[in-house]
Amino acid sequence: MIDFWMHPSAILIVGALLLPFMQNPVVRRPFLLIVPALTFLQVIIVNSAPGTYGVVNWMDWYLTFGRVDNLSIIFGFIMSLMCCIGTIYGLHVKNPYEHMAAWIYVAGSLGAIYCGDYLVLFLFWELMAFSSVFLIWFRKRQQSQKIGYRYLLVHTAGGLFLLAGFVLRYYATGGDYSFGQLDVDHPTLYTYLIGIGLILNAAVPPFHSWLPDAYGEATVTGSVFMCAFTTKTAIYAMARSLAGFDILIPMGVIMALYGVVYAVLENDSRRLLAWHIISQVGYMVTGVGIGTALAINGTAAHAFAHILYKGLLFMGTGSVLYMTGKSKFTELGGLYKKMPWTFVFTMIGGLSISAWPLFSGFVSKSMIVAAAFQDHILWAAFLLTLASAGTFLHTGLKVPYYIWFGKNNCSEETWEKAQDPPLNMMVAMGIASFLCLLIGVYLPFMYDMLPYQWAEYQPYTAYHLAETLQILCFTALGFFLMLSKLTPEAKISIDLDWFYRKGGGLFMWVDRVVFQTVDNWVGRVWDKLGILPLMTVSRFWSWFDWHGIDGVVDGVARGVRGIGGQVRRLQFGQIQYNIYFAATVVVVAIIAYVFA
Amino acid sequence: MILVQLIDYLRERLKYVNRICYVILAGIAVWGSRVAYTSHHAHTAMEKWPFFWSVFGFLACVIIIVFSKWYGHSGVMTREDYYDD
Repeated sequence: MIDFWMHPSAILIVGALLLPFMQNPVVRRPFLLIVPALTFLQVIIVNSAPGTYGVVNWMDWYLTFGRVDNLSIIFGFIMSLMCCIGTIYGLHVKNPYEHMAAWIYVAGSLGAIYCGDYLVLFLFWELMAFSSVFLIWFRKRQQSQKIGYRYLLVHTAGGLFLLAGFVLRYYATGGDYSFGQLDVDHPTLYTYLIGIGLILNAAVPPFHSWLPDAYGEATVTGSVFMCAFTTKTAIYAMARSLAGFDILIPMGVIMALYGVVYAVLENDSRRLLAWHIISQVGYMVTGVGIGTALAINGTAAHAFAHILYKGLLFMGTGSVLYMTGKSKFTELGGLYKKMPWTFVFTMIGGLSISAWPLFSGFVSKSMIVAAAFQDHILWAAFLLTLASAGTFLHTGLKVPYYIWFGKNNCSEETWEKAQDPPLNMMVAMGIASFLCLLIGVYLPFMYDMLPYQWAEYQPYTAYHLAETLQILCFTALGFFLMLSKLTPEAKISIDLDWFYRKGGGLFMWVDRVVFQTVDNWVGRVWDKLGILPLMTVSRFWSWFDWHGIDGVVDGVARGVRGIGGQVRRLQFGQIQYNIYFAATVVVVAIIAYVFA
Repeated sequence: MILVQLIDYLRERLKYVNRICYVILAGIAVWGSRVAYTSHHAHTAMEKWPFFWSVFGFLACVIIIVFSKWYGHSGVMTREDYYDD
């Protein structure tokens, strides 16, 4: 049975397939605006009628493409909205395949969000990985290809964990492949396998290194898309299946702090933001681990807000990269005179992620911390608050300071090129900035979409305002007092990707130095000790074959040939002689028989 | 642009800006402590200590910077072409 139900992803996929034929900018630009807008409209239509749709019977499997419920509604909404903003930001990009990859990537995300079983989830999960890798490859730098392959390999491995997990679950449960809450109180092997598959996409340490590697290298537009979809789709999938899984609480807290530490050391602005994705997603992972209604609301709200402010931050730093060709702090500085609007927009993103009052992060992040306090997990609540100081330290202070203020490290060429980006990029940043503020000041815009409406939360209390302002203002004091310690250094930081990046080299070294040496040595020994006896034995058997085996065989042959020769003499080749000899023999035989 | 002019204006009077910021900081610390003391929203008793969240924010910043730099300089930070070998 196939219910007719227009999947929002279908609009994006059809649009993506038609896009390469839209070479004329007069046609292509409106098309680039219409397709995401139609997708967003379809999401709103779909969200208006919760239920299960798009159930397809395929080879005895019932595949569910359209599960619209309280959790998928909010994620579907923000993903399709971000697709509109990201496409506007990339409107100037001439390569149609970059838009195509981005749209298919978003289609994968929406497909994963609205799916109802693990088979469809896996299909869209892989679609996301295999489309988003092109957003790295299209940067076309020497290292882009390598980084893209690393990204693809890591995500393929994650996909295989997910696949193994749900196949095991299918057999263990007697055929259940529905995508729903797992029994996290009694985890089994398949729970952990599915968990690893999901947390790898959420970039939870130790499976996180792909994120700064890939997002720091993606194209200017590509990173705006990538920063929104992969990790937040994973968070959605975790909220759907792993809510209340205790182990996620320490993992999320470690994640929140880990990203902050590496952000201090980072010299590349976009990689720094990537480290802060890990940190912010850490809050969401903790929220999933706590698993209460308030915590899941906080996770959904923070994912919603994060997609917008992180997209805005990547748009801001991406604009600097697009205009100047630079993204490292040691090659930038003092740009407020040249790119003032980009500074304003990036600052709004920075204040949002730092959870300043009136900005989006203030009404979302605090919900997760409040859930930790409410559940009396004090250590997690205090450590997440500590991490929030680190967030403001880097994203709210370090990024703007070292790009737009601080020491001017720009070369003459960089300074000449620097100016606010084209109109479409400014409009996209303007929309994202507006939404960051709207979420912060008009609570119903986001809160009315939260999964558990009965779990109420009020962020604007005097205590919460006092607490937040004290933490943020005194973090700023610490930043300016310790400014000399934070001077960017033109270095990279070794992380856990060392194991597979250097590990590959180590494998080659072991292969060359150990295995190849041993192989050569064995070869030489074999030449001396193995070949000579072998040749002697071979010669003996050759002689034996010739004179022994062949001698016997040839002797028999020679005997047969000799007898044949004698018999041949009796044959004259004339039929009358043959009859004559035959008749004589017969007659002699008869006489002998009669007279005997 | 007005924004650029405003920034230039403030940078030229950085000493006064700093003083105003310190006054604001002190005001927030005092007000925050008073709110915490009278509020029933505090989750733990220590949050009612005077200047608790101010000290927390400042120490969090210092700890993050000092620890991260120590960690980075203990061998984690390396040259940019490290993986190109």
